[in-house]
Amino acid sequence: MTRSRTPGRSANSPFGGKGALFAAIVVAMVAIPVAADVPAPKIPKGKGDKCVEPTPFMRRNHMELILHKRDETVHQGIRSTKYSLKECLNCHAVNDEQGQPVAFTDPRHFCTVCHSYASVSIDCFECHNSKPEPKAAATP
Amino acid sequence: MSKELTPTDSYRRRFLGGIGALAAAAFGSGVIVNVARARSPDEAVTGNQRWGMLIDTGKCADGCDECVKACNDENGVTGHGRPETDAQWIRTVTLREKATGRTTKLPMMCQHCEYPPCVDVCPTGASFRRDDGIVLVDKHLCIGCRYCMMACPYKARSFIHEVIMDQKHNAPRGKGTVESCTLCVHRIDKGETTTACQDACTKAGHNAILFGDLKDPNSEISKRLANEPSTQVRGDLGLNLGVRYQGI
Repeated sequence: MTRSRTPGRSANSPFGGKGALFAAIVVAMVAIPVAADVPAPKIPKGKGDKCVEPTPFMRRNHMELILHKRDETVHQGIRSTKYSLKECLNCHAVNDEQGQPVAFTDPRHFCTVCHSYASVSIDCFECHNSKPEPKAAATP
Repeated sequence: MSKELTPTDSYRRRFLGGIGALAAAAFGSGVIVNVARARSPDEAVTGNQRWGMLIDTGKCADGCDECVKACNDENGVTGHGRPETDAQWIRTVTLREKATGRTTKLPMMCQHCEYPPCVDVCPTGASFRRDDGIVLVDKHLCIGCRYCMMACPYKARSFIHEVIMDQKHNAPRGKGTVESCTLCVHRIDKGETTTACQDACTKAGHNAILFGDLKDPNSEISKRLANEPSTQVRGDLGLNLGVRYQGI
């Protein structure tokens, strides 16, 4: 039984004084993320009734759809609009105070809202324009 | 059961044979129809086309750079005033025959080889030739090693050294990747029949550039290539270029 231990023995045991420190660290590691929790992002609503797939599916799989589409488009010239990045941007554009769509560098951008919350960088906009195509020049 | 054919069986055979012949005929004509009609957006490109260009250097006017400007505008190719490193998809080149002093001016860009050296050397598969003959860089795969730039006999490719914002929607470009003339692939995929440089050249009244399908015997470019002399630059390399020149 632990109750039979002497105070001296308890202080020298590997689970004694150092153990308390260890326990404190574990508790801190668990507690800090809870303390530093940030509110879930407010996701801007897109245009139209619904997305090309149900929202829960899109949340998990949008990157797969875009990846698949990108290879088809670049290598085979398939330019259907379903799952195309351009269409994502067309529906999910967020406008600033002047009514102009914001770029991905703006924290209000549809993609940026979630990606900065999840701390996942977006490579798409290193090359692609992150704003919807102006209507006059819009192409399918 | 008897193995002999009943009258019904032979009727069935004739009937099915007839269907087969009809199907074969439909398929045969279908191939021809395919060449003529425009591709729908969800259809993959095929080898039934090979896009190419014919450039008449005799019509390429001195001091004119309309094609270069149009290309830069169409594809959002912007520079920083540093000609050594700024991207160029199309450039004008002036050749001078030493013996006679005759000069020839021509636009030079990706020649869209059938056997592209850039594709041979690319370590990631980013350089590729589309089935319809257009040589492209898949920038998703490009690691910016620039082997293709060294392999290209035409100095057709450029490397993007600096961060780019506000790209043209039809021409994504970004730092750390290689790029070159796409034969206005976004226009072709829409079913358009001209490139930006050809439009500009025609608008300027020179008509030096003609874009078209080398595999369609009825296209203007095929007819002209069949009836007029033309040259492939460095044809000795045996790359079978998509871009042909006249007057050099």
